[in-house]
Amino acid sequence: MRNLSKFLIVCTAYALVCLLGSPAVFGDTLKVCTTCKYHSVKEAVRQAKAGDIVLVDGGVYKESGIEITQPISLIGRNNPVIDGQNSGQIITIKSSNVKLEGFTVQNVAVSYMRDDAAIRVADRQNIQILNNTVLNTYFGIYLQNADNSVVKGNIVKGENTGKIESSLGNAIHVWRTDGAEISNNRVEGHRDGIYFEYVTNSQVHENISERNNRYGLHFMFSDGNVYTQNIFRENGAGVAVMYTRNIRMEHNTFEDNWGAAAYGLLLKDISQSVILNNTFRRNTTGIYMESSSRLDITSNDFDRNGWAIRLLSSCIQDTFRLNNFTGNSFDVSTNGSPTMNLFEHNYWDKYNGYDLDKDKVGDVPYRPVSLYSMLVERVPPSVMFMRSFMVDLMDSIERVLPSFIPESLVDERPSMKKIDHDSDRKLVQNLR
Amino acid sequence: MNKLIKYVLYDIVRNKIIVAYTLFLLLLSIGLFHLGGSPDKGLLSLLNLVLLTVPLISIVFGTTHFYNSYEFMELLVSQPIKRSKIFLSEYLGVSLSLSVAFGIGVGVPVLLFAPGATGLFLLLTGIFVTFIFVALAFLASVITRDKAKGIGIALLLWFYFALIYDGLVLFVLYSFGDYPLEKATLVLTALNPVDLGRVLVLLNLDVSAMMGYTGALYKSIFGSGWGIAIAFAVMVLWVLLPLLSARRVFQKRDL
Repeated sequence: MRNLSKFLIVCTAYALVCLLGSPAVFGDTLKVCTTCKYHSVKEAVRQAKAGDIVLVDGGVYKESGIEITQPISLIGRNNPVIDGQNSGQIITIKSSNVKLEGFTVQNVAVSYMRDDAAIRVADRQNIQILNNTVLNTYFGIYLQNADNSVVKGNIVKGENTGKIESSLGNAIHVWRTDGAEISNNRVEGHRDGIYFEYVTNSQVHENISERNNRYGLHFMFSDGNVYTQNIFRENGAGVAVMYTRNIRMEHNTFEDNWGAAAYGLLLKDISQSVILNNTFRRNTTGIYMESSSRLDITSNDFDRNGWAIRLLSSCIQDTFRLNNFTGNSFDVSTNGSPTMNLFEHNYWDKYNGYDLDKDKVGDVPYRPVSLYSMLVERVPPSVMFMRSFMVDLMDSIERVLPSFIPESLVDERPSMKKIDHDSDRKLVQNLR
Repeated sequence: MNKLIKYVLYDIVRNKIIVAYTLFLLLLSIGLFHLGGSPDKGLLSLLNLVLLTVPLISIVFGTTHFYNSYEFMELLVSQPIKRSKIFLSEYLGVSLSLSVAFGIGVGVPVLLFAPGATGLFLLLTGIFVTFIFVALAFLASVITRDKAKGIGIALLLWFYFALIYDGLVLFVLYSFGDYPLEKATLVLTALNPVDLGRVLVLLNLDVSAMMGYTGALYKSIFGSGWGIAIAFAVMVLWVLLPLLSARRVFQKRDL
């Protein structure tokens, strides 16, 4: 009995020692600072073995070409700055299971041949890039073939004033990756804020993408991704998504994307996707849809856009339900007569029907396409006559006796009152 | 001439219509700014009303005033005063009083609720439109001695500029939709002062950014200093052309 308890105590003590000593077992900590053993991040990274932590203290390190070839954690304390001084790529991750956190990485020159980035991951998995600041670079964070990687809490800021599109890189560029998570980042001043190509089953949450020269978010051939609670603001051409299936876009905000070719959201060849609870505010075009089919566009707010929706006749079987259309110059415009699209239970502020049976559903159908919007679609210069009395008169007459506007584009059951979408989006997120 | 203008102004103020006009505009503007919510929205609604009512009232008031002061003019003609002086004093008297009414009726609310460049453009447009339509009214009145006919011509002119012209142009644009019409539309807009005023205000509002590629093109034209200057120069032409031709007719006609 006594022996047994003694044995137990010894065992517990041994286990405790093992637990406490575990860092020593799994890896060393290599410190980098001016008074430490290592003065250079590059040197420390080269010496680090698998499982080590390289801890970099505050200060400016003028280095580039740092290559991580072991599964290590490279952690910055007190905001260390790695200044590439425009001499090529700064950090290249060539190992799986690497964690990179807490750095400011800056100054990468334009390189058309190599596409230099501040942080590049090439063909390795499970990389975590957290809470870094990337300033004045060509490409910011570049993931190629990096499955299950996390890019979270980073700030990527470029200098795009006076530059043209072709001399700029993307802030967060992801290529051929499965299961990436891009969240809580803030990207601005690049060509595209977030760029996805052949990226599947990934999550894009709560990012802010603004003032990029081209698109705030740009993806192609990227099926099965989820985009929630992002804000895309003042980008040169808004958000463009192409050739993709099975995406979910929820609770995003698209606002102030103005200009000759600016869209809140441009959809080209998108199918079987859900666009839910988004806000489109003050864009030249809220949603521009081309060759898109089987989309479910529900509970969105379209407020003060030039064109809320431009639905080209190549779109089929799209459903628009429970959306609010307020203060748009044109609610819906089209270039022909799209078929088999359903508008139902939307709120249109231009609707002037009545509701005799008080079921909150208008008794007469609403035609969101106005005659003038069709004229503008056909003859763009006639936009000069916007808000002319004649135009208003023409539209009113056409509404009463429709003869030119497409028969199929009609909301048979428009809502009489503005639909109250979940105002507290965070709460909904938690409930879900 | 100053003395003459003073008499004309005194005559106009005495008959109280101008006061009613001021109050009408004042109520309308304040009401719209309260209803509209945002100042931009208020300006937009105001723009539409200004471009519809101001020409109408200017042209009707101008014609009736001209016919009503025919006897006064005949009296003046018997004095050693140049006919062109009499005509211009009448014109300036009417258009100045209407402009002041507009300035108080719309200008004060605009300065209170939506001060800024756009509001200023709206005011300038309104004042120009007043001058232009009084000139057109005088042109209509000197053409014929018959009061009913004169008012008929004036109303037709208003109809043409406020309504028919836009319809015609839209029809033309639609018919020639296959051609590049950007420049042609610009010229066609300049041929109607009401449209010119509307575009000038609209393109300096936020909403102009919403008008897509063509809107952006026109904004780059009308948003620049040169574009605005040219637009106002065209407005001045629109005042001078009917005014000078009316004066010519008035000088030569047997009263």
